[in-house]
Amino acid sequence: MTPLALHGTGRATGFSEGSGRTLLRLRDPADTPSHAADAALIRSTDHAVMALLQGFDTFVAIGDSEPGSGANGRRVLLDNRFSHLTPGDILALDVPTNRVRVLWRSESNHNSFLVTERCDHFCLMCSQPPRNVDDGWIIDEIYECLPLIDPSTKSVGFTGGETLLAPDRFIPLLGAVGRLLPHAGVHVLTNGRAFSRAAVVRNWAALQHPDLWAGIPIYSAVDTIHDYVVQSRGAFDETVLGVLRMKDAGQRVEIRVVLHALTAPRLVETCTWLARNMPFVDHVALMGMEDTGFALANHAALWMDPLDYGPALTDGIAVLSEAGIRTSIYNLPLCVLPEGVRPWAVRSISDWKNDRPDVCSSCSAAGRCAGFFTTGKTKFSRGIQPIAEPVTFLGR
Amino acid sequence: MSRFQTIDAYAPLDGQLALMPIRFERLSPERVIVANTVGDILVLTQVEFERLIALDLRPGDGLYERATERLLVAREGARAPLQLLALRLRSRMAFLRDATALHILVVTLRCEHSCPYCQVSRRNTGAERYDMSEETALLALEVAMSSPAKAIKLEFQGGEPLLNFPLIAFAVEAATRMAEVKGKAVEFVIATNLALLDDKILTFCQNHHIHLSTSLDGPADLHNRNRPRPGGNSHALAAAGIQRVQEFLGRDRIGALMTTTDASLDRVEEIIEEYVRLGLDGIFLRPLSPYGFAMKTRWYDGYDSDRWLTFYERGLRHILDLNHRGIRFPEFYASLLLQRILTDQPIGYVDLRSPAGIGIGALVYNYDGKVFASDEGRMLAEMGDQTFELGTLGKTDYASLVTSERLIDLVGGTLSQTSPECRSCAYEAHCGADPVYHHATQGDAVGIKPLSGFCSRQKGILRILIETLERGGRDAAVLRSWVSR
Ligand code: SF4
Ligand code: SF4
Repeated sequence: MTPLALHGTGRATGFSEGSGRTLLRLRDPADTPSHAADAALIRSTDHAVMALLQGFDTFVAIGDSEPGSGANGRRVLLDNRFSHLTPGDILALDVPTNRVRVLWRSESNHNSFLVTERCDHFCLMCSQPPRNVDDGWIIDEIYECLPLIDPSTKSVGFTGGETLLAPDRFIPLLGAVGRLLPHAGVHVLTNGRAFSRAAVVRNWAALQHPDLWAGIPIYSAVDTIHDYVVQSRGAFDETVLGVLRMKDAGQRVEIRVVLHALTAPRLVETCTWLARNMPFVDHVALMGMEDTGFALANHAALWMDPLDYGPALTDGIAVLSEAGIRTSIYNLPLCVLPEGVRPWAVRSISDWKNDRPDVCSSCSAAGRCAGFFTTGKTKFSRGIQPIAEPVTFLGR
Repeated sequence: MSRFQTIDAYAPLDGQLALMPIRFERLSPERVIVANTVGDILVLTQVEFERLIALDLRPGDGLYERATERLLVAREGARAPLQLLALRLRSRMAFLRDATALHILVVTLRCEHSCPYCQVSRRNTGAERYDMSEETALLALEVAMSSPAKAIKLEFQGGEPLLNFPLIAFAVEAATRMAEVKGKAVEFVIATNLALLDDKILTFCQNHHIHLSTSLDGPADLHNRNRPRPGGNSHALAAAGIQRVQEFLGRDRIGALMTTTDASLDRVEEIIEEYVRLGLDGIFLRPLSPYGFAMKTRWYDGYDSDRWLTFYERGLRHILDLNHRGIRFPEFYASLLLQRILTDQPIGYVDLRSPAGIGIGALVYNYDGKVFASDEGRMLAEMGDQTFELGTLGKTDYASLVTSERLIDLVGGTLSQTSPECRSCAYEAHCGADPVYHHATQGDAVGIKPLSGFCSRQKGILRILIETLERGGRDAAVLRSWVSR
């Protein structure tokens, strides 16, 4: 599939000299602007006129040319790749460069903020290769963005880089999320090493957030394998200690196991180890690998057709379920999974809806399928094929 | 040059790998079972075993990975593996937090049966001075209610407890009131041969949600031979009683215990089938214990642990096959051991603990007000051996009973974690100290384990279970399904 355009270059006019990064919240042109960041989303001259009448002074237009309205004010023109934008979406515009990033999509159930591009790991399959840059401003931008988000929002995520490189800045941000988005479940991806320090767990627990999750990867029960995958000696030890401290403090932890040629061959052993040593974790996600970023560079070492680890998935899920651990499969198309574990699969790849590969067009399971990434050169499983019979999802 | 390091860059440094505390036991000249302190198990070949001990392990050789996953080896300086072992050990020992959950009231020593293997030295039905009084029952309940456990179980034993049913009714009502005041949950069990069961008793059991536990040794001829009573109809009464309880109270309100005598040894399949026929939800294959009349009549000497193990293994085979045919029917002793092998849940069963369950797991209040550290302890007292007598109701309270020097010596002196043989035994994490048994058979609460029938049965059964789990397949799947989590 082609991912939605979430960043690009637009044409901004009317912004005052010296403007830097500016957040814009898109509004329907028939609404009344209620915040300095509100911008009318206009796709036609009618929209433009209406927006002007409603008192907007900022306009984001989508198309090849700007629908004129004769009005002055701040204007941004984005091309048709951005036609998916809707009211409620939040953009960050860097005025000097005309760069636009989509920070929030109101139609998505999986909005997440990138907290930093820095990381103390260097995972062989990283889909978001870390960069050693000074990007502390990102947290400031998120603070600015939070009040613009619909307060009834149900879910928000935080990813990196490593989200907890600066826990003293990040944990207070989570506090603000709890106050401004009181109905949102909050999911933080972290390598968990910061939790090996008692003070970090104490501050995290002190948030007393009712639905805050730490998603922590453990790729193997063998320290050497985990450390190798994340390219950091001593990572396994600190991550496991972190998980133990978090559970000791009664915090929610999800363990994430990404499956590839280095981890899948010992998947059953890893699940057995989790079942024996960490039966108290709140969720285990067994995840297909996204074949982008470093995963492409390390393709030869990492590629394993999910079809070939199907039996291990079956046994691993049996072990986890027997131990009473809630388990899900992420990022794997239904057709490559053994039938017995399909009920555990979750439609996880966000925005799998636009371009479905042709092969899926006759598939009865497409509505429930996580799908697969079809960007560029990635390799598919040889198991991709339409499922003819309607899939029955038995209760777990 | 790649930006990525190879796996060798993350391997343990020379000399960095260390053995965790492990124990082992030879299964055959070629195979060795190795276990850590919480009972994670690996079965190795002799060659692999020697490599493990010599720490001749490298990432990628398979053995390094298996030994690391089972917490048998770890890097010097690594904290996570030790933390995992420590917290799992804490969880396995958590039964210590809920001290003394089981309280047994011996409401009478009278019995209308005359079983030659009787382990409690019953008295004739007429001898009413062997009944517990209401006053004694109240004193016993006071002690029971002051134990730390939030949920307690009161078990009524005999003799045949239904011969003193009015006292049971009195105690159940009193305990219910007291538990409410104390904020405790209380469960009731009556251990009875069911011969005296009537509608009045059944109604009472229903109203108070009482569980019944009975004895059933197998088919009629075997059962009646083991359990004589006037009329020779013990089996008929038990079978009818079981069915009545099942209909009246529900299938889950009745369980049966069997005792293996010499005459049972060749008939394990028939015994099991009898349990299935009567709609019981499982069986507890139990050896004879060395107490009471079983010693006097020398029935106890009828077979050794090898013969018993053969009996057990045949029985387990039959039970597994039943399960394969779709009949869910566990062997309860295996279930208990499997819970120890496959989970770190604290064990509820008082005979499979170290520290031993005497006193701190269970207290027994005899009909005459004497308090014992275990049911078997009072059986020994009837034979003239007062070792496990902790005090007398009215002159003592819960705290002085469980902190009595005698009990502390008996519990502290018999830890399997430190006893000779046990401390280096691969099965220690799944076993328990049984001071009463070893005192009774060897005159010493620790005992010489290589001479102990308890030990050889434990080793035998654990080995059968572990090898079955190792083989995998459908037998292993059935065993795993017996673990309640
Ligand atoms: S063929 Fe069906 S199951 Fe397979 S990827 Fe396409 S939609 Fe999913
Ligand atoms: S009693 Fe026997 S089986 Fe049990 S721990 Fe001791 S030596 Fe091992």
